[in-house]
Amino acid sequence: MMIVNALGKACPLPVIEAKKALEQAGAHEVIEVWVDNEIAVQNLTKMAKHKGLEVTDEKVADREYHVKIDAGEKKETDKIEDTTGQGLSQEGADHSEPLCQECSGAGKVVVIASDCMGSGDDVLGKLLMKGFLFALTQQEVLPQTILLYNGGAKWSCEGSAALEDLKSMEEQGVEILTCGTCLNHYGLSEKLAVGSVTNMYEIAEKMLGARLLVRP
Amino acid sequence: MREAVKGRKMEDKIVFCRGGGCTAKLGPQVLSRVLRQLPKKKDENLLIGYDSSDDAAVYRLTEDLAIVQTLDFFPPMVEDPYVFGQIAAANALSDIYAMGGDVKTALNIVCFPETMDLNILGRILLGGSEKVQEAGGVLAGGHSIADDSVKYGLSVTGVIHPDRVFANVGCEEGDVLLLTKPLGVGIVCTAARLHEESPEAMKLAVRSMSTLNKYASEIVRKYRVHGCTDVTGFGFLVHLSEMLGENWNAEVWADAVPFIPECEDYVEEFYLTAAGQRNRNHVEKMVEFCGVSFAMEEILYDPQTSGGLLVSLPEADAKAALEEIRTLGLPCGIVGRVKKREQVGEEEKRILVFSRGMGS
Repeated sequence: MMIVNALGKACPLPVIEAKKALEQAGAHEVIEVWVDNEIAVQNLTKMAKHKGLEVTDEKVADREYHVKIDAGEKKETDKIEDTTGQGLSQEGADHSEPLCQECSGAGKVVVIASDCMGSGDDVLGKLLMKGFLFALTQQEVLPQTILLYNGGAKWSCEGSAALEDLKSMEEQGVEILTCGTCLNHYGLSEKLAVGSVTNMYEIAEKMLGARLLVRP
Repeated sequence: MREAVKGRKMEDKIVFCRGGGCTAKLGPQVLSRVLRQLPKKKDENLLIGYDSSDDAAVYRLTEDLAIVQTLDFFPPMVEDPYVFGQIAAANALSDIYAMGGDVKTALNIVCFPETMDLNILGRILLGGSEKVQEAGGVLAGGHSIADDSVKYGLSVTGVIHPDRVFANVGCEEGDVLLLTKPLGVGIVCTAARLHEESPEAMKLAVRSMSTLNKYASEIVRKYRVHGCTDVTGFGFLVHLSEMLGENWNAEVWADAVPFIPECEDYVEEFYLTAAGQRNRNHVEKMVEFCGVSFAMEEILYDPQTSGGLLVSLPEADAKAALEEIRTLGLPCGIVGRVKKREQVGEEEKRILVFSRGMGS
């Protein structure tokens, strides 16, 4: 057990110190955080719950509360990302999907994360991305989903040079999803011209659920 | 850039900033409990007093003239004294604009330690006076006391036509909700206290906080405004709940809410304030989040310093007003819609927050 004495400290310091202690803690080690006000107890509870950790609190004196947080499984280290997509496709194969992976677009997700394709020259990059989106329309098998975020969000908005290509793919059943936060950021919320708005939950879900993730 | 950041950290030793701005407000629950017990005097010329939890008081002098009075002061939320002066002044002046009034005179309110460098005070007052000037008002005096920590603000008097006061409780059928500045400045300032802020996030937060609501107020006056308030320490959701009064409910479109983008990361690092949690405690019983990220919840409860105007007005008016407000150069948007309150219940959810998804 580890004790974090945050008596006399104002938010967010008790939470920040507890978070650091949790990072160092072993599996299921209990962190006990001492704070002097109920709002800090609530902020600690909020943090623990958001991280999916068990938390209890106890008022031990007039201005002293002890919040106990179980550090949990500590499984962060097993979650090393597979950037090749190999792991994902193997996982996909475990599901008893009847479809042939080679000839179906199911589970294929294209991620457009920038207004440019590749790096080096932005003018060239934009041309390449436009070319890629067009070339995509010409494929025999279309992807199931196209995710657009950050600079990529501009491609699905009014004035985009690839609008027709995206629209034609949408007509053929491709799901076109653009990140709402990104549209907001670029002031494009009212300008979305194809597909629908999505959020980070759905983006994460689509990416994790993808059999093949293509990011040009 | 890194060098600049390091340089700033060196100067921190003055401990000028201890997490201030509107995060320093007393909690809404505590406050309303105390205010309820004060004796009230009836005066028919007091058009708006504190019983409606409004932004400023409005007192009618003649048939076509009323004065708007407000005051606001708080501890520094940024480390540059000049910028702090600008923000504190913009925040105090904002209450006049939230009522639809025009600023006439302002008085400085100063708490300053005797041992601190007076040049710092000079910078604060310079920043403040420039904002009063920008507002078209005149600085007419002030009051200062020696205190163990810095606080600064203004007492402001403005004028308004008694028939054109924007009440902060007021909505009508078909109204949508317009928000004129991005949310999240409280979270960014908290990140800054921990020296974890990005220069971009801080730049946008400072630009937002020091922008006068004068411009947004003058724009929306041209439209059919039914309710208007400025989003400050109680955060978006508490201010919204006040605006809805007893007769209206609202849906809030999380994907349309303007906010400082880095806030999502800061929330995941738990750079959270006590004030934000107090705001959550105050209204969480009436708020339902549906598929909304934890970060967005926190952003909607985040206490704002010198936040934007939240306006309830017909959809067509809001769209036209939004086009004009966009030219001010800050993230803004139509963030939801009001709905008639159908039934009154104990566990009633009166504000539903969700992502529209289909982009409708």
